[in-house]
Parts: sequence; structure tokens; C-alpha cells
Amino acid sequence: MSAATPILEVEHLSASIAGQQVVEDVSFTVPRSGVTALLGRNGVGKTSTLRGILGLIQRRGIVKFAGERIDTMQTYRIVQKGIGYVPEEREVFSKLSVAENLELAERQKNPHREFVARLFPDLVQRRDQQAGTLSGGQQQMVSVARALLNDNQLLLVDEPTKGLAPKIVNEVADALAAASKTVPILLVEQNLEVVRRLADRVVVIVGGRVAHVGDAAATLDDADLVRRLLGVHVGDSAHGGIAPARNAGEGAEGGQHA
Amino acid sequence: MSSVVLVLITGLGVGALYFLVASGLSLIYGLMNVLNFAHGAFIALGALIGWEVAEHTDAASWWSFLLSLVVGAVVGAAFAAFTELVLIRPLYQRHIEQVLVTVGLSFAAIALFDGIWGQDLHSVKGPAWLDEVTVVAGAHIANIFWVLIVAAVLVLGGLSLFLRKTRYGKIIRAGVENRAMVTALGIDVRRAFTLVFSIGGAAAGLGGVLAMHYMTGVTPEIGSSLLIFAFIVIIIGGTESLVGTAVASVIVAVLQQFANTYLWGTGDFIAIVLLPIVLLLRPSGLFGKRA
Ligand SMILES: Nc1ncnc2c1ncn2[C@@H]1O[C@H](COP(=O)(O)OP(=O)(O)O)[C@@H](O)[C@H]1O
Ligand SMILES: [Mg+2]
Repeated sequence: MSAATPILEVEHLSASIAGQQVVEDVSFTVPRSGVTALLGRNGVGKTSTLRGILGLIQRRGIVKFAGERIDTMQTYRIVQKGIGYVPEEREVFSKLSVAENLELAERQKNPHREFVARLFPDLVQRRDQQAGTLSGGQQQMVSVARALLNDNQLLLVDEPTKGLAPKIVNEVADALAAASKTVPILLVEQNLEVVRRLADRVVVIVGGRVAHVGDAAATLDDADLVRRLLGVHVGDSAHGGIAPARNAGEGAEGGQHA
Repeated sequence: MSSVVLVLITGLGVGALYFLVASGLSLIYGLMNVLNFAHGAFIALGALIGWEVAEHTDAASWWSFLLSLVVGAVVGAAFAAFTELVLIRPLYQRHIEQVLVTVGLSFAAIALFDGIWGQDLHSVKGPAWLDEVTVVAGAHIANIFWVLIVAAVLVLGGLSLFLRKTRYGKIIRAGVENRAMVTALGIDVRRAFTLVFSIGGAAAGLGGVLAMHYMTGVTPEIGSSLLIFAFIVIIIGGTESLVGTAVASVIVAVLQQFANTYLWGTGDFIAIVLLPIVLLLRPSGLFGKRA
């Protein structure tokens, strides 16, 4: 396999939940290094795209991982091929301890416990605490840690900073930056400052299809493009950065179809 | 006083039987969302094979008694594992069909047992000590009740340890909470399904043999009434924890014994009317788990 082959190739992926189509026709690739941000307005199908790739919801189309078709495999087999998943709602096992949550995620003989402990010293101290009693930020750390314990070839990370305090946002972004040195990441993220910091390239979904693929910095610098694709206003946040319009009702629906 | 003690201890003993049946039902429902109507057939097969063991050995001896318990548990586990692998697994994720298949299996298996063993009561006479009584605070308690209680406590303790300490136990606890996320960690959760069925079948088979000794006999119908009370137990106790199942087992059985003694033998009636009452008070649904 040549190094140029993308780690993930998604071709004409569609996905449905309970018979309802939630991803229409999405095609994109993720290269073997760096962070690829998957962007789009609320409800456009980013989460469903990740879940479709993993076979967690019904999907059709072609998905190749390291050149191999995975679109008819069962979820656990796909993950065993070397994918780490950080779901949008964290999905820690609330009745299990922190240590048990991490233990269940270990798929290899020598999991990277020291690496994870260095990234999240908090979790070491709280190893016997029931995960359901952790704060949102700590639960997110457990969820990210679960994905970093193994030698994965790809991480799928869904809105890791959603609802977190700024200090924790930085901590999680630091962890992902550290991880991205050794493993490619497909990142769904609404916080465009985090995207700017972490991502090398962006893939933008509009109306159920990929509408834009490009260099991350160049895309984010194009305020007009960002507003058109994401309904996000640039330069009007308190610290003069880029603030996402969290409100799905905001921004007109006109003319984004590529 | 002595009659209250009698009601409490016999209630505990009958509750122990309910627990043996309900623990497996509860684990299966919690992990797989399958209401397993075939559980009564697991109980019946365990009891009937336990009866065969008693017939072919010296039934009055303790080793024969213990052997029948072990064989009953093993047979129950094997039958349950077979059920999961052959009937439940091919219907993965199709819960209604899975439940229907367990209903069908239950009818078919009991009809088959009727064919093999007949519908008449097959009597059993275990170790003589079981029929003797121990006097507690003036109440005369048949010793079989102590055996039932000890067996249930051992099963509760063993299962709790298994769920806390072993990898598969942790997978089961995690899967009860969020099955999809378990698979997203690269774990084949279906192995845990087979395991949970086997464990439930073992407890049911053990319960069947003990129920046979408690009733001093067995018919292929032995599982049916136990199963109804086990359903009531898990509706009341929920499927969140084994301790909840144990507590609910004792509550149902003690109420039942109480009503039998003090309310003109209406125990079964009382236990069964608990069902609509609890359902009405818990409109979140049959097994209303937290969302
Ligand atoms: N469990 C579900 N049942 C039905 N529809 C859903 C469910 N989850 C998401 N959807 C719908 O699927 C679409 C895509 O959702 P999602 O993938 O979560 O979008 P995003 O992650 O981009 O915000 C939305 O219209 C949403 O309403
Ligand atoms: Mg989402």
C-alpha cells in the first residue's frame, strides 16, 4: 500500500436512522496524517456520517479503510482494524469506574496508559470514581482517553469541546494535538478556533453532500465562504476571533448547494 | 409472633426461588432487550433432568442432591446457550421476533417434555433433613427453605463478583448501559449475549431442581408459574441491578406468603395484582429504564 493511499475513503455514503435518511450522498477522503475537520451546520449529518462509517447506523455506499472495504463489516470488526471513536455525547459508561471505562477500551497488550495519564492526570486520581459522577469535561477526557489507549490508524472525534469550559477546551485540544502527531484524525468541531488550531484541511457538508474541500487556514480566512457554508459570522465574537452561530435557525438557507 | 416469623422466612425462601429465575431474565432483558419467555422451559428441563438424576442415584443422599443441582444448572445453561445461538442470534436486533421465538420455543419445549415425561407429577424424595423442621422463635420452618435461601445468596454473591471483577462481567454491565458503545470499543458484544443466556439458564436450571424439591415433585409445567412471578419481580425491581432483583423477589414472595396466611389464601392474587398497580404507577413503561 503506498503512503499516498488515503487512510479513509468514503464514496457515495448514505445512512439512515429508523428508515429516515440522515446522510444523503457524501464522498471524501482522509489522508494518512494530520487533522481533517468535517464541518457543516447543525443537523447536516456530520455525526451520522461518522456513525455510518462505523456501521453504528444503517449505511450504503463504499467505505474503505487503509484500502479495504469496511462498509459491510460489523462495528466491532471495523474498530479492531484500528479506529478510535470519541462520540458526540461522550458515552462513558456511567455505572463503571473511570478505570473500568479505560480498561474496556484497551485492545492491545501494551496500551498507552502512561501517555494517557500524562495527558489527563485528573483521571489517574479519579480512577475509582463512578464515571457518571464526573463533570462533563472529565467525562470527555475519559472518552478521548479511550481512543488514545490503542495504536489506532485513525481517530473519529465528534465535537470534543462541545459544552466545555474554555480551560477544558484547551486541555482537550492539547490532547488531540499531541495525538495528531502520530495518528490521523477526522474531527467534527463547531468551535472554529479549535478547528483553526488543529486542522490541516476541511471538508464541509451542505445539504447532505460535500460542498467544499480545502486547506483549513485558507478556508477559515475566507469570511464570506465560511458564512455561506456554515452560517457563521466572522469577527463579531468577544475576543475578535471566529464564533460559530450555534443557533441552527440563524443564517438564511439560500443557495449553498454546490 | 411465630406466625409472622414463619411468613417472613418462608417468604424469603420462596423469594429465593423467584430470584434464581428472575436474575437471568433481568440480565437478558437488560443487555439484549429480549423478554425471554423460554425461561420457563429452562426451569422445566433443569428440574426434569434433576429428577432423572434423583431417580438413578440414591435420592436420599446429599451427594445425589448436590449432583442433581449441578446437572440441572449445566443442562439449563446448555439449553439456554443453544437457544441464544440458534434462535436469538439470527434475529439480531429484531426484538419482537426474538420475543415471539422464545414464546414459540416455550410451547414447543414443554409439549416435548410432556411427550417424554408425561403430565403426571413425578415425585421426589430428597435427603430426609429437607423435610424436617428447625424451630425459630416458635415457628416451625421446613429445612428446604434454608437451602433455597443459601442457594440464592450464593448465586447473588457469585454473580455480583462475576459482574464486578471479570472482563466479561464489565462488558455485560457496560452493555446493559450502552450496547452500541461497547461494540464501538471493538468488543464483540454477541459473545456476552451467549454468556448471559447461559448464566440465566444455569440459574433457572438450578432453580428448577430446587423448586422440584420444594414441591416434592415435578411436571413439565413447573416453570410456568415461577416464570409469571419472575416477570412480576423484574417489573417491580427493574433490570438495573441484581440487588434490586433480589429485593423485589423477597417483597413479592413475602407479600404473597403474608396474604396466603392472613388474607384467606389470596397470595397469588395479590402478587399478580401488583403487576397492573406497579405498571400504573410507573407509566415510563414496563422496564422504564432511565433514558
Ligand atoms: N436518533 C435519531 N432519530 C431520527 N433522526 C435523527 C436521529 N439523530 C439524528 N437525526 C437526524 O439526522 C440528521 C443529521 O443529524 P446529525 O448527524 O446528528 O447532524 P450533525 O452531527 O451534523 O449535527 C438531523 O436532521 C437529525 O435531526
Ligand atoms: Mg453532531
